[in-house]
Amino acid sequence: MGAECKCNCDQDKKLDALFAQYKGNPNGLIVVMAAIQEVHGYLPKDLLIKTAEELGVPLSDVYGVATFYAAFSLRPRGRHSVNLCLGTACYVKGAPEVQAMLEKEMGIKAGNTTEDRRFSLDLVRCLGACGIAPVLTVNGEVYPRMTAEKVSEVLAKYE
Amino acid sequence: MNFAELELLRATTKESIKLRLGEEPSDNFKYHVLVCGGTGCLSIGCQNTLEALQKAVESQGLQDSVKVVVTGCMGTCEMGPVITVFPEGYYYCRVQPEDAEEIVSSHLKEGKFVERLCYHAADGSVQPRKSDMTFFKKQQRVALRNCGLINQTSIEEYIAMDGYKALAKVLQEMTPQQVVDEVKKSGLRGRGGAGFPTGVKWQFVLDQKADQKYVVVNGDEGDPGAFMDRSVLEDDPYSVIEAMTIAGYAVGANKGFAYIRLEYPRAIDHFTKALTRARELNLLGDNILGTDFSFDIEIRVGAGAFVCGEETALLASIEGRRGEPRPRPPFPAVSGLFEKPTLLNNVETYANICPIILKGGEWYASMGTEKSKGTKVFTLAGKINNTGLVEIPLGLTLREMVEDIGGGVPGGKAFKAAQTGGPSGGCIPAAYLDTPIDYENLSALGSIVGSGGMIIVDEGTCMVDLAKFYLGFTQDESCGKCTPCRIGTKRMLEILERITKGLGKEGDLELLIELANSIKASALCGLGQTAPNPILSTIRYFKDEYEAHIKDKTCPAGVCKMPRKGLKS
Repeated sequence: MGAECKCNCDQDKKLDALFAQYKGNPNGLIVVMAAIQEVHGYLPKDLLIKTAEELGVPLSDVYGVATFYAAFSLRPRGRHSVNLCLGTACYVKGAPEVQAMLEKEMGIKAGNTTEDRRFSLDLVRCLGACGIAPVLTVNGEVYPRMTAEKVSEVLAKYE
Repeated sequence: MNFAELELLRATTKESIKLRLGEEPSDNFKYHVLVCGGTGCLSIGCQNTLEALQKAVESQGLQDSVKVVVTGCMGTCEMGPVITVFPEGYYYCRVQPEDAEEIVSSHLKEGKFVERLCYHAADGSVQPRKSDMTFFKKQQRVALRNCGLINQTSIEEYIAMDGYKALAKVLQEMTPQQVVDEVKKSGLRGRGGAGFPTGVKWQFVLDQKADQKYVVVNGDEGDPGAFMDRSVLEDDPYSVIEAMTIAGYAVGANKGFAYIRLEYPRAIDHFTKALTRARELNLLGDNILGTDFSFDIEIRVGAGAFVCGEETALLASIEGRRGEPRPRPPFPAVSGLFEKPTLLNNVETYANICPIILKGGEWYASMGTEKSKGTKVFTLAGKINNTGLVEIPLGLTLREMVEDIGGGVPGGKAFKAAQTGGPSGGCIPAAYLDTPIDYENLSALGSIVGSGGMIIVDEGTCMVDLAKFYLGFTQDESCGKCTPCRIGTKRMLEILERITKGLGKEGDLELLIELANSIKASALCGLGQTAPNPILSTIRYFKDEYEAHIKDKTCPAGVCKMPRKGLKS
C-alpha cells in the first residue's frame, strides 16, 4: 500500500460505493455494470459474480444484460478504441471502404481486438455527426470525412 | 428563487443577449461573435478558430466591445467551422484560425464584412447574412429556437430567451387540465417517430389514479442519420428540463428520468450540468419557485442498444434489465416504469412544449398542414450540398427541402431518392419531389416522417444495396425476443445478400414481399414491424434495379460486385 500501490484504489472505492448504494436493488444493475466497464475497460468475471451477489440478481441475468448491450465487453479491450460509424450517411459516403482498410491494416475483423492489444475495432451505429460523414473515432477523438487512404496515417498516431 | 426573482434575473440577463435579437443593448458591446460548438464543427476544429478569434480580438484591443460566445449547432454542418456576427447576422463558413485576424480587423474594426468567407450558393451568388441564405429562409425554428443562438449550458442566457417563463405561467395560472388542454389544442404529435397525439397521451397519464407517476424523456436516438435529439440535448438542455417539469406538474409526477444514449457523451455532460444549475436556482427539486410543487430528474445512460428507443424496452432498461420490448397493452401511461403510470415523450416533443404554453396551442396549430401541425426538425445528410439540421413547417415540399434548403445534389449528379424515417422508413423517388412533407403524405408513399432523418441519395447509390444496409442494421439490432423479427429479418437479409452477389433467383422478389408482409403483421414491437419497410419501398419504386440484379446479374449503379458476369474479382 502507500506509495507502492499501483491498483485503482480510488476507482475501487467508487465501485464499492455503488455496490453499497444498490445493495439488494436489481434496478441498479446497468448503472453498476457501466461503472465497472468504465473502470476496467471490460467486465471481469469476479466483479460480475460480486455484482450478482450484492444486487441480488441471478448471475444468468447479469450475463444476459452483459451480452445484450453493445457497451459491455466480457473480454479485455485494446489500448486504443477505434470506432467506425456505420450510420446511413457514413455508409452512402464510403464507410465500407474505410472498414475494409481498417480490417486489413489491423489484421482483424470488426468487433475484435488485435493480438498485441493495441487496437479494438468496432462498428457503431450513427454517432449523430452525419454532416461530416464518414466519421471515425479513436479514443473519442473524431476524424471527419474519412477515406481508406487516410487510415494508416491515423492509426500511426496511436502506439 | 421565487417568481419575482426569476423575472429580475430575466430582465438583467436579457441585456446581455439583446444584440443578437436585433434590439439595442444598454451595455458597451458592439458585436457578438458566435462560434458554433456543435458536434460537427467541434470535430473539424472550431476550437482552434475560437482561440484564434479570441486572441485577435484581444490583440486588437476590442475585448470591451466584442463578445465571443460558443453556441450550439447553427445547422450547417457541412460548412463548419461556422460563425455568426451580430447585430447584422453575417454568416461565415469554413472559418480557419488564420482567417481570424481579417475578420477582426476588417469586420469588427472597420465594419466591412469578409465576402470570401460568406456562403456561396451553387449558382455562384453570395448570401452574406443569415437572412439572405436560402438554407435558412424557408425554415421556422420552434424546437431549435435557441440552438446556435445561446451559450449551450448557460441557464442565464436560456432564461433571457424567455426560458422558465412557461413554467412560471403554468405554476401561477394554470391547472394541470388546462396545461394538457393547451397541448391538445396545439395538435403536436410525438416527434419520436410514431406521431401519436401528445396531448392525448398526457391526458391518459393525468387520468390515472396512482401514488407515484413518472415523466421520462426518450433520448435514445439510435436512428442512423438522425441527430436532432442530440442537438437539442447538447445545445438547449434547459428546454427539455423545463418541459419535463411542466409535464410533471400536468400529469401529477414528481420524478423524471432522462434516458440518453451512451454514444452522445457531450449530451450527457451538458444535460448533467444543466440539471445541477437548474437545482441551484430552485427551478428543479423541492418546492420549485417557492410553490408546493416538487420535481426532479435523474439521468440514465443507455448501454448501446437501438431497440431501447422502443418505449417498453427503454423502461426495462431504466429498471436495469435487458432492453426487450413487451406486448402492449398495458401502455406505459397505465403501467410503465416500476409498473407506475409513466409519461414518455421524445426529446424534440418536449422541446416544443414551452413555446406552446407561452404562445398558445392555436399558434402552434396555425403552422403545418391540416393533420400534421407545427414544425418538424429534419437532419439532412447524404449526397446533398448543405447537410445539416433543419426545422421546417410541415407541408413544405420535398423539392423545397432538397433544392432550396439543401442546395441540391453535389457533383452534377442526379437526385435519386430521399430516404426518410431511417430503418423504419422508406425511399421517395424523384417523381414525388413535389409532395408536401407531412405524416399522411409520406405514409401514403410507403415511407414515414419518423424521427426526421432524411438521407439524400444520388444515381451512384444502389437501392438494393441500401435496402440491404438497413436490413443488416435491424437484423443486428433485433433484441431476439420474438421470432418474426429474429429469424424473419435474418432470412430477408440472406436473400438480399444473395441478390447483391449476383446469385438472385426467379421468385426472390415475391418471397421478399411475402416475408415482409408477414413480419410486419406479426412482430412484437415497432422495430420488427417496420423493419421490412426499406425493402418494400425500394421494391415499389426501384423494381427494375432488383430485376437487373436478379435477371441480368448487373448492378445499374455499379455498387454491387457481380462475380458471375464479367471478370472474377
